[in-house]
Amino acid sequence: MAGKQENPFKYIDRPTLILMLALVLIGWVAIHAAVYSPQMGGPFNWEHAAGRQAVWILTSVFLFVVLFSMDYRLFEGMASISYIIMIGILVATIFLGKEVNGAKAWIQIGPVGLQPGEFAKLATCLMVASYLSSYDVRLENQTTQLISAFIILVPAFLIILSRDTGSALVYASFIFVLQREGLSIIYLVLGLATIAAIVLSILIPAPYLYGSVGVFMLLYVLFSRRKKQASITAITWTAASTAIIYGVQYAFEHILQEHQKTRILLLLGKIEDPSGAGYNVNQSLIAIGSGGFLGKGWLNGTQTKFDYVPEQTTDFIFCTIGEEWGFVGSTVLIILFGLLLFRIIHIGERMPTKFGRIYAYGVASIIFFHVLINLGMTMGILPVIGIPLPFISYGGSSLWAFSILMAILLRMDAGMRSTMR
Amino acid sequence: MNSYNRVVLMVFIITVFTVFVGRLFYIQVIDSSYIEAARNNAIKKLIIRPARGSLIDRKGKLMVINRPFFDIKFVPKNLPVEFDSITFCRLMDLEPEYFTKRMAELRKQVGFSMYRPQIFISQLSVEEYAKVQEGLYHFPQFYAEKTYTRNYPYGSGGQIFGYLGEINQEQLDKDATQYYNPGDYVGITGIEKEYEERLRGVKGISYQYFDVKGRPQGRYKDGAEDVAAKAGENLQTSLDIELQTYAEKLMTNKIGSVVAIDPSTGEVLCFVSAPTFDPNKLVGRNRGKTFASLAKDPLKPLFNRPIKGASYPPGSTFKAINGLIGLQRGVIDVHTTFNCFGGYNGAIHVGCHAHRSPVDFEFSIQTSCNAYYCNVFLRMIDRDNQVDRNYKDWYAAVQRFGIGKKTGIDLPGEVKGNLPTAEFYDKVNKGWRWRGATILSLAIGQGELGVSPIQMANYACAIANRGHYFTPHIIRKGPKNKVEKYQTGVQQEYFNYLVDAMEKVIEGGTGTIAKIPGVSMCGKTGTAENPHGEDHSIFIAFAPKDNPKIAIATYVENAGFGATWAAPISSLLIEKYLHDSISRPALEKRMLEGSLLHKYPGYVNPNPPATKPGENGDKPKPNPTDTLKPQAVWPVNRKTLSSTSIAQR
Repeated sequence: MAGKQENPFKYIDRPTLILMLALVLIGWVAIHAAVYSPQMGGPFNWEHAAGRQAVWILTSVFLFVVLFSMDYRLFEGMASISYIIMIGILVATIFLGKEVNGAKAWIQIGPVGLQPGEFAKLATCLMVASYLSSYDVRLENQTTQLISAFIILVPAFLIILSRDTGSALVYASFIFVLQREGLSIIYLVLGLATIAAIVLSILIPAPYLYGSVGVFMLLYVLFSRRKKQASITAITWTAASTAIIYGVQYAFEHILQEHQKTRILLLLGKIEDPSGAGYNVNQSLIAIGSGGFLGKGWLNGTQTKFDYVPEQTTDFIFCTIGEEWGFVGSTVLIILFGLLLFRIIHIGERMPTKFGRIYAYGVASIIFFHVLINLGMTMGILPVIGIPLPFISYGGSSLWAFSILMAILLRMDAGMRSTMR
Repeated sequence: MNSYNRVVLMVFIITVFTVFVGRLFYIQVIDSSYIEAARNNAIKKLIIRPARGSLIDRKGKLMVINRPFFDIKFVPKNLPVEFDSITFCRLMDLEPEYFTKRMAELRKQVGFSMYRPQIFISQLSVEEYAKVQEGLYHFPQFYAEKTYTRNYPYGSGGQIFGYLGEINQEQLDKDATQYYNPGDYVGITGIEKEYEERLRGVKGISYQYFDVKGRPQGRYKDGAEDVAAKAGENLQTSLDIELQTYAEKLMTNKIGSVVAIDPSTGEVLCFVSAPTFDPNKLVGRNRGKTFASLAKDPLKPLFNRPIKGASYPPGSTFKAINGLIGLQRGVIDVHTTFNCFGGYNGAIHVGCHAHRSPVDFEFSIQTSCNAYYCNVFLRMIDRDNQVDRNYKDWYAAVQRFGIGKKTGIDLPGEVKGNLPTAEFYDKVNKGWRWRGATILSLAIGQGELGVSPIQMANYACAIANRGHYFTPHIIRKGPKNKVEKYQTGVQQEYFNYLVDAMEKVIEGGTGTIAKIPGVSMCGKTGTAENPHGEDHSIFIAFAPKDNPKIAIATYVENAGFGATWAAPISSLLIEKYLHDSISRPALEKRMLEGSLLHKYPGYVNPNPPATKPGENGDKPKPNPTDTLKPQAVWPVNRKTLSSTSIAQR
């Protein structure tokens, strides 16, 4: 098989590659600016985040080239094995992991610390694609739905156990993959409705909620023509909403950790604490907001350079872009992400195999969720959930994982396009 | 599979990203509050304090300069966890607990930060710093920062220069120009206060970046918006610092004042309030302690006697003025004579010493005859029985010599003294018809009359100039000190008579002890009775007789006759100023070493002074002329005498 194929680099999807490289370079430049001080020397200094990121970029390129040189048909076969190994590593992490910022999500291998959670997304993505593309699997089937949910939720659950709730949230993105493959849109709607219900039940005291649901249902019954059927519907809905409200409030009070509750309450404006729990978001908003239309210019961001924004190279890297490149630069970055996502979807849709398409959707969904949660957090729209901005944030694990994710996608695309000619 | 399945993700992406761009547009373009917030975070306005102006004497010598001192500073965060503070304190010559105490003190301060430099020891002098420098070397976390404080190379002139102190809340509230910040030093008294605005300079502003831990990160916009500090003006004063220092030495262990003025300009040459203090002790670390002990001192070294000594009776020096006014008003001429047989014997008796009689104008000054001036005064006041009108005329004439009003010297806190008004006597005598005899003590510079030493020096100038004087002043030029010429309203020919007589005082009168070889000098002694013990010794003089260069008034409290202390001190100062050398070392030695402290109530001297006045071989001829024995005045006035002529000390 191997060797007979044409050079795969000839068929690489150039727009995707260019977009990816552009994002990585923007990230590197932003990291340099975030830690910049006149005394630090050049951007290749190992002592500083930008210097180390250069190393991560080079190793990522190497990984990319290696994976791209492999036979594209191997990936499908590797799915279940890598998934099982990954589950094993996640379990091990819970017990052996190094604790950083309260999460036991790191494994130390020699001089480098790796986050297995970053790679688990990749394995899950492969596994979901592999399972759903297998013969006679149909998502209308309840068994299929359950098995899919199981594949997705097991790693998520293990990650929650290592107290890295933020990363676990990303697994919710697979709903887009399932939806594309035929899962009723009802589930997506239900999901959003649940989020709305959660927000409402936190914002509004329970008696008012119960009361308004009751009144609404009463009116529904009174104004409907078929009272009997309406009554049944009303009773069902009332029961369901009561369960959701009660469940959410129970979960909020008893399952969430204190700092998570605080973050949610902060976001919803129930509490204000700009110097304590709200400090990160407040400083992040100041950084982005002070950028203005055109930004303060490269290396001129005071908020990030002088450490007012915490985690300014990793989770809050967008602050540097917002502060130094302003509205124009931030919008360009968002457009670049949009183009990349659309291009990945396009690649997925042109894949001749179901595996390839599902995998591409998985990649798009994962990246989309990362961007959504990360930017939403820095702009103060979503609660503070510490996950990296793909290709941009400082960090080896994250960059490697996204590079592998993209390498496999582009390799499959290139392989299939070369054989289909 | 439904066709919309393909677009759901894309719709989500577009929706979310549109919301993001909208949100960005709002916080970055519409809401500008974040720009301000970022500025407030990272950019701090630093105030650069300018160097304060120096004070220079009339010959260009530096009298008040800025001297460096050292603050030992450290950043608490930089200290190792197991910092050996005891060894450190020992090396620094401090008590072992100092470190712990200081840290507790610092932590209590508003705005304390572990990351920002804190002052460990403040205001070490160069010598003190040299001592600890060695120890400091072993503790690189500590470093010295140079700042400046006032320094007085001559150690004299404390009362003229005044001192600086940290600004208080009241002053901050009054500061309409918003110039000051808490912690600034301002002039509290003296020239430092009077010329604060010229001496302080203009503060600079530097905008600097600070990181989240409060560490400086360089200048904002490379200093484009910075304002450079402008050093304060160096002020040229009229003082002769060597004369000043010499005068302070002569006044050591005495209470009193010396003021010397250049009569041709009104420039103050020296200005002493004794006892004085070394102004160098009012700066640096021990300022608080020194200040407290000076404030508690029963001899009141902080009291500025030349301008605040409001109730000094001028004594016989005032006869010169009464004589001039008498001549001008025509109640006498220079040939008018009065008899004096042991004093004036009218309605009341005012004693006098033995001298030949009758007495004409010249001899009255030369011998300081009391009877003569009682007669002159009565002729002025009782003339035509118009006591009230006459007294008011006399009052106005005296005031033209600068008595009973502020001279306008450029020092803060001057008082106008006491020249009693006609209304005052109406009130005191409660409807009694008071006459010249009632207030006869004014004739010889006693009674309610209170004249400050600067005013005495001032009328010495008026006599030296034969009719006019200038506003006495210390700072030579500038918009604040308006120097004006005042006419006394007495004709020059009368002044000429007086000046001749005053020359005779030195040549063969009450002030012969003040005679300087080769100098034609004019003077007038005074001896003022007071309720606080021995008489005050007073002397006014000027020299040379023609084209005078210096006029002086010396007032030594409880020192006896004018000729005993005040005249020799004045004479030495005049010689020093004119010749820059002393031809009478014995007199000088006696004046320098003489101590009158044992005469002052409240003073306890552990070592009684070696020299007492009059014990020396070179003792002055006792001259009882200037004494006013207390058989004068009406009972009512005796009361006012004792209650108003209280010498301030």
